[in-house]
Amino acid sequence: MHSLNYHKASNASEAARLLSGTEDGKFLAGGQTLIPAMKTRLAAPSDLVDVSGAAELRGINVSGREVTIGAATTHAEVAANGELRNVCPSICDMAANIGDPAVRHRGTIGGSIANNDPAADYPAAMLALGATIKTVSREIAADDFFVGLFETALYDDELITSIGFTAPAAGAYAKFPNPASRYAMCGVFVAKGDGGVRVGVTGAGADGAFRAGDFEAALDGEFSAEALDGLSVRAEEMLSDIHGDGVYRANLVSVMARRAVAAAN
Amino acid sequence: MSEGIGASVKRKEDKRFITGKGKYTDDIRMENQAYAAFVRSSHAHAEIQGIDASAAEGMSGVIAVLTGAQLTGDGIGNLICGWAISSKDGSPMNMGAWSALATEKVRYVGDAVAVVIAESKDEAQAAAEAVDVSYSELPVAASIVAALADGAPDIHENAPGNVIYDWELGDGDATEAALASAAHVTEMDITNNRLAPNAMEPRSAVATYDDAEDHYTLYSTSQNPHVARLVLSAFYQVAPEHKLRVIAPDVGGGFGSKIYIYPEEIVCLWASMKTRRSVKWTAERTESFLTDAHGRDHVTEARMGFDADGRIVGFKVSTKANFGAYMSLFSSAVPTYLYATLLSGTYDIPAIHCEVLACYTNTVPVDAYRGAGRPEASFVVERLMETAAREMGKDPAELRRVNFVKEFPYQTQVIMNYDSGDFEGNMNQAMEAADWAGFAARKAEAANRGRLRGIGMACYIEACGIAPSAAVGSLGAGVGLWESAEVRVNPVGTIEVLTGSHSHGQGHETTFAQVVAERFGVPLDSIQIVHGDTDKVQFGMGTYGSRSGPVGISAIVKACDKVEVKVRKIAAHLLECNPDELVLEDSQVKVPGTNKALGWHEVGLAAYTAHNLPADMEPGLKEGAFYDPENFTFPMGCFIAEVEIDPGTGKTDVVKFVASDDFGVIINPMIVEGQVHGGIAQGVGQALLEEMVYDESGQPVSGSYMDYTMPRAEDVPSFVVEHHNTRCATNPLGIKGCGEAGAIGSPPAVINAISDAIGNNDISMPATSAKVWAAIQASGTGMAAE
Ligand SMILES: Cc1cc2nc3c(=O)[nH]c(=O)nc-3n(C[C@H](O)[C@H](O)[C@H](O)COP(=O)(O)OP(=O)(O)OC[C@H]3O[C@@H](n4cnc5c(N)ncnc54)[C@H](O)[C@@H]3O)c2cc1C
Repeated sequence: MHSLNYHKASNASEAARLLSGTEDGKFLAGGQTLIPAMKTRLAAPSDLVDVSGAAELRGINVSGREVTIGAATTHAEVAANGELRNVCPSICDMAANIGDPAVRHRGTIGGSIANNDPAADYPAAMLALGATIKTVSREIAADDFFVGLFETALYDDELITSIGFTAPAAGAYAKFPNPASRYAMCGVFVAKGDGGVRVGVTGAGADGAFRAGDFEAALDGEFSAEALDGLSVRAEEMLSDIHGDGVYRANLVSVMARRAVAAAN
Repeated sequence: MSEGIGASVKRKEDKRFITGKGKYTDDIRMENQAYAAFVRSSHAHAEIQGIDASAAEGMSGVIAVLTGAQLTGDGIGNLICGWAISSKDGSPMNMGAWSALATEKVRYVGDAVAVVIAESKDEAQAAAEAVDVSYSELPVAASIVAALADGAPDIHENAPGNVIYDWELGDGDATEAALASAAHVTEMDITNNRLAPNAMEPRSAVATYDDAEDHYTLYSTSQNPHVARLVLSAFYQVAPEHKLRVIAPDVGGGFGSKIYIYPEEIVCLWASMKTRRSVKWTAERTESFLTDAHGRDHVTEARMGFDADGRIVGFKVSTKANFGAYMSLFSSAVPTYLYATLLSGTYDIPAIHCEVLACYTNTVPVDAYRGAGRPEASFVVERLMETAAREMGKDPAELRRVNFVKEFPYQTQVIMNYDSGDFEGNMNQAMEAADWAGFAARKAEAANRGRLRGIGMACYIEACGIAPSAAVGSLGAGVGLWESAEVRVNPVGTIEVLTGSHSHGQGHETTFAQVVAERFGVPLDSIQIVHGDTDKVQFGMGTYGSRSGPVGISAIVKACDKVEVKVRKIAAHLLECNPDELVLEDSQVKVPGTNKALGWHEVGLAAYTAHNLPADMEPGLKEGAFYDPENFTFPMGCFIAEVEIDPGTGKTDVVKFVASDDFGVIINPMIVEGQVHGGIAQGVGQALLEEMVYDESGQPVSGSYMDYTMPRAEDVPSFVVEHHNTRCATNPLGIKGCGEAGAIGSPPAVINAISDAIGNNDISMPATSAKVWAAIQASGTGMAAE
């Protein structure tokens, strides 16, 4: 690892200020993506601004069906939050299956969506839940946030502060893990909310997480696995790698979508 | 006796391992230690046009930047392959030059071109990144197909068409004639997937040159420190043998990958002389993927012919083996004498012919990996047996039963002479433990749950205890494959056993001590096993090929024989009795039924005080022995795997796994069971999960745990491990060896179970979910959508 300067921020504005003073600094949250990249010398930031200790960035607030999750909240906290589970168990279950215990106790929702790994779980949830991503300066709808592989709508050095969404009436996440990394080879998050059914897909798309519009339309008609009969995504638009080609991943999207719907019912 | 042969005593070494007090190579800290970082090629095949180290040399902490030109200039020799194999036409194998630091060309991604020695690891790595190597890229051949294609680039000048050798074993004419007359011929194309060894401890070296003594010390992650010293000295000219001490302290797993002497150890030794500093290098996991010798990587066409009764009449196997960019130390032996010689399997096959074409590719060298040749052989034989049974509409167990070798010794058509076994006995035991008869009900029950259930069998045989020195010598080996031992009884009666075997997870400190404890009737705790240091232990051949039991222990037994003779003479002299009347038990040497008895320690003391010894007897109580086996040993077994497949995703779960092994005499059943567990897990890994993939340009695609799938606990069921043992007829304790069996027998069992479940024989390893799903689509055995 290259040597660097470490800073600890106690709140969001301090974090933003600290980072703006650096040459090539980065926010550090759980470090579960950034630190491995630094250890293999794929990333070499001049400075790290640690946001994991900023109290205002942490914690889960549930008020009626309105949910707010601080950006520096860990996956383990999301998995274990009873109030959240009461209104939206699907996101708790999803978080409980990310990585391993060490990853879940360090890794954060903000870090995960800022990174936008095409195989990460949270992006599917954000799309399906119609979440709003709040930053120090603005609010971004999930539909506009995930731009491409590892690409988001965030400006350089824009800090995510929290994520908000309305808990859906029903929802579930079905994940087929990559056998090696245990990230999603295909993860489908289905949520039946006031505005209709939303289906977020991660792991499978060649351009990253996406919404399966045809599936949503069919499920709006009838929220059952059978409603998806005969529907599939286009294999040519799916990722293809040593773990599975586009045809296989397209199949996984159909199968996982049916399983998610079955679990949500 | 509760601590002797047959007792599951807990492993003596585990206290230090599980309390974090093991001493591994990377734990060694020398006083003036510097760190090495290698500059590695990012191209699979390229000419080196120049190396500009000027920027790196000026960086903080940098002591030296050394290149291949300096290395060869100092007379350091090329790496070699120590087993000479000739082609069919009698020509010798085409061994290309392999310099520890590449000089003119790089031949795989990871090939080392220079080394930086610096005060810290970080400084060394930073400077290594700053070494500017200019390359001129060459066309790449990264697979067997690419390397053997017309117009493929020659990777070594002296290996036209990238062919290393074109070898054969057996009777080609007789085999073709038998196949022509066969009532049924089963033909298959079989791939044995390339594996990265992934020992938990990465390779590491700490080298120190002492200029006052002109002497070198190397701490190294080696399975065979004496072989390392010999090769470093005799072939690489690093230092004369008596001026080089090699220590392999605790070693965290090897699986074969730590047999070989790699460029890094050579370079660390040489660099320590150049810089007059101790030089340490420890591989990062990425470097392990890039540089540890990989395993397997065969493509095979096989034909097995049967008569109308289902008896095998002939077996023809044509294999192409990928050797990677250079010939590693034992690479040539793996697809030949460790592979083709096992193609008779557990069966009486009257005609066998095997051809092996070995080739270079622009990938990391390939060499022995747990099982080495025998898993590949077992996979070919057992896939063909199972497929043939299905094609002929026979029960796979019955087809095997008809063809088993039943009388011993049995001379195969491919050199090996099986000494003992009861192959049917193991199959019966496994079938019973697996409830073979009840499978149909389990399949139906699984179908109700929407799962495809399949059952598969493999009756492997392998050859361990490699091997009679004269025999392997006549087959081209550059070394003898005996083992050595010295048994030292101290004046107080405690015992040190110096063994040429090396333990890197096998538990020798326990099992070897059990043998000696039982032999002399003394407590296990009074025995210390010493290994892994060329300054302490007499020359030994090390541990690989499951040889520590059959060969290493046999040497200890031979040394114990000699000690016992002397103990009896001394005791008989002191007790005034006949040496033959004495028994050794309960820490005493005594005449049963009398009060004539000496404490074991009293005999030791008598030997060393030498006040009252028989006339002409030398003082002391220490004996050495070399044991040269008279034959290989032949562990065998029957494995039965049951799988359930999710037809929607193709994911395979191994839900049941039964092993019935014949390991001969077992010293510590708990340790043996652990070896079987680990081996099966590794075999399940090969069957379902693991593959080292290179793309066409020679870039590794699965070079990290993000893409290389290691088996995890949840990937394997709780194993049922049974034994039906017959004594090995050719060594003193009747031991056959158990270290590799699990990895040898399990891949075909798992794949046979999958092909049974999906009704499609065309499934290759690793049987990933994607492949299994595609095979289900192809065979139309999927279930209605849920
Ligand atoms: C072994 C392992 C297994 C894993 N398995 C899974 C899995 O199954 N599914 C899955 O989804 N993920 C998985 N992950 C990734 C894990 O979820 C990480 O937590 C996540 O990718 C990054 O979160 P982090 O808090 O660790 O971010 P960090 O690594 O600290 O940062 C990641 C990136 O986000 C930026 N960043 C962090 N916080 C913010 C913020 N508030 N605003 C703006 N930018 C920010 C950082 O600057 C950096 O660029 C795994 C990781 C590991 C190591």
